[in-house]
Amino acid sequence: MYTQAMDQQPKEERERKAVRSVEEVELERRFDAKIDAGDFIEAKDWMPDHYRKTLLRQISQHAHSEIVGMLPEGNWITRAPTLKRKAILLAKVQDEGGHGLYLYAAAETLGTSRDQMIDALHSGKAKYSSIFNYPTLTWADIGTIGWLVDGAAIMNQVPICRCSYAPYARAMIRICREESFHQRQGFDALLVMMRDGTPEQRAMVQDAVNRWWWPSIMMFGPPDDQSPNSAQGMRWGIKRVSNDTLRQRFVDATVEQAKVLGVTLPDPDLKWNAEREHYDFGAIDWDEFKRVIAGEGPCNRERLATRQKAWDDGAWVRDAALAYARKQATKQEAA
Amino acid sequence: MTTPSIEVEQAPSVQYLLRLADTALILGQRLGEWCGHAPVLEEDIALSNIALDLIGQSRALLARAGQLGGQGLHEDQLAFLREERDYRNVTMVELPNSGSVGPSRPGDFAFTVLRNAMMATWFRLIWERLRESSDSELAAIAGKAVKEARYHQQHSCDWVVRLGDGTDDSARRLRAALDTLWRYSPELFESDDVDSWAAANGIGPRWDTLREPWRSEMKALFDEARLPMPADTAFRSTGKRGVHSEHMGYILTDMQYLQRAYPGGAW
Amino acid sequence: MNSNQNAANQSSLNEWPLWEVFVRSKSGLDHKHCGSLHAADPQMAIQLARDVYTRRLEGCSVWVVRSDQIVASDPADKGMYFDPMEDKVYRHPTFYKLPSEVDHM
Repeated sequence: MYTQAMDQQPKEERERKAVRSVEEVELERRFDAKIDAGDFIEAKDWMPDHYRKTLLRQISQHAHSEIVGMLPEGNWITRAPTLKRKAILLAKVQDEGGHGLYLYAAAETLGTSRDQMIDALHSGKAKYSSIFNYPTLTWADIGTIGWLVDGAAIMNQVPICRCSYAPYARAMIRICREESFHQRQGFDALLVMMRDGTPEQRAMVQDAVNRWWWPSIMMFGPPDDQSPNSAQGMRWGIKRVSNDTLRQRFVDATVEQAKVLGVTLPDPDLKWNAEREHYDFGAIDWDEFKRVIAGEGPCNRERLATRQKAWDDGAWVRDAALAYARKQATKQEAA
Repeated sequence: MTTPSIEVEQAPSVQYLLRLADTALILGQRLGEWCGHAPVLEEDIALSNIALDLIGQSRALLARAGQLGGQGLHEDQLAFLREERDYRNVTMVELPNSGSVGPSRPGDFAFTVLRNAMMATWFRLIWERLRESSDSELAAIAGKAVKEARYHQQHSCDWVVRLGDGTDDSARRLRAALDTLWRYSPELFESDDVDSWAAANGIGPRWDTLREPWRSEMKALFDEARLPMPADTAFRSTGKRGVHSEHMGYILTDMQYLQRAYPGGAW
Repeated sequence: MNSNQNAANQSSLNEWPLWEVFVRSKSGLDHKHCGSLHAADPQMAIQLARDVYTRRLEGCSVWVVRSDQIVASDPADKGMYFDPMEDKVYRHPTFYKLPSEVDHM
């Protein structure tokens, strides 16, 4: 789901070679047959260049999202209101780091190094999920992220567990197993405040929901009719469910959850449509989405600058570790 | 309106535990600040692992301290509602992650891993002895915590060696960190009525009994990391007595904010 | 080598090597491959493998192997004529040996 909006393929990659060799045509035929049969593609297998590049972009951007996502949540670790909440939040952010790591590992099987991917993130070439460009202003934001953002992520991640590219599918299975507590803890944190908290706490929760609702449903990316590459992704078993379908599923599930919490979702057009058997919802501000994706959201610059700084500040540490390892290796060889 | 502070029992049974609990809590708090800022993703995970373990240890100790005191205080009341003077952590752990002058974010990795190495070794030594505590709850906590401390010690000491025997730059930073941290270490080995009481009642060791084993492990570490054994100075920090550095107030402002700002809140 | 691989080789000079991680979650089971991570030396690789891949498991065993040490078989259904691949597991540019002038410091 962190990748729904990002399967936009640059123009130059859409140009195909005019003439392809007999071998390549045959390899692609076998590849398509494997996909159609529901077989998995492994790292060593032949794959079309476009498949490789699309996956690399999708997986690495998913990884970047996990890493950048550590920042808005990490923002509240020192201020968590109880020791239990502090521990839960630390564990959650640590999980996200781990998820990023599994995904970088999966992406590396496609032939790019992690350093190259990080460089692409810092230079702005690679994207990450739009949602993490919003600020966490109150403790209720943390619970809301767990409820809405992780909820949306889970909805997208489950289908990717059946992705045709096996290293990505395996990483997603691992991630989904660990993800279950993320949404629950967020919802729980909000429920306690709504059910047992003070009027000030309830106001805090409602305020957070007001700010995070629309960005959350934007996470599913542009409408299907503005996502031209979805068809190819579906053909290759990379993308399993369309943006609009996932978005609708999310809205339907979340409206019910909001009732349990006792919060109002900030959409006056939200209402049950008995004919469609789904919730109708209001118009999404796609200008805001485009702005945020283009780098002009509330926190884009700060998120990237923070990651760049951590990387730059850490260079001497990484160099020292390598220097030590090489010295040890030399000593061993000499022995 | 804000949530008022709680009063803490001064009985040695409570104070002995608070010194440990607060030291673990404040060190965990400092390590939590590294999240998302470590030199490499794998270390983000490792440092937050250590922070989690320390917070867990402090929760168990605070819960026990709350039971032993007469008021039946909960771990969160103790963690979030004391006045600064009632926190009993050693000063070393409240220092910012980059050194005694600060800032804490960004931190200095050399300072952080060296402090972790010193504290993990100290914690391991005391947890080992606390496994024999006449307080069976404390002994149980120690049984679990000692394994965590062993792992923290291994992780941080390996890093100290890597940085000490890495590049000239890393060695220089490590030496600067040692210069600061060493001055704050004597506090870890001072004894008074509180731990005399604890030793006399079989609760736990006097802190001064840890000095020699700790120094000998530090010497072995410093030798491998090509660090000089620093000279002792007359400087003494006093956090254990509730008289902290100027950094403690900022930690508490951060940590206590929500509990203070939302009296009667449910979390 | 294309320019992408050249750039990769450059960045690989300072990158921590890649390791594959195998975990035995319970006594009696086999070690299973669970993923990879970057570490500067074997000791770090083992510790990081425990931090990253065994957060929710008890009493396990961890193996780490440098990725460039793994030799893999060719997939069964590839005839030699159609298979341009080498027999290394991943087409990972950082598996190339470092130039000798920076190999030892």
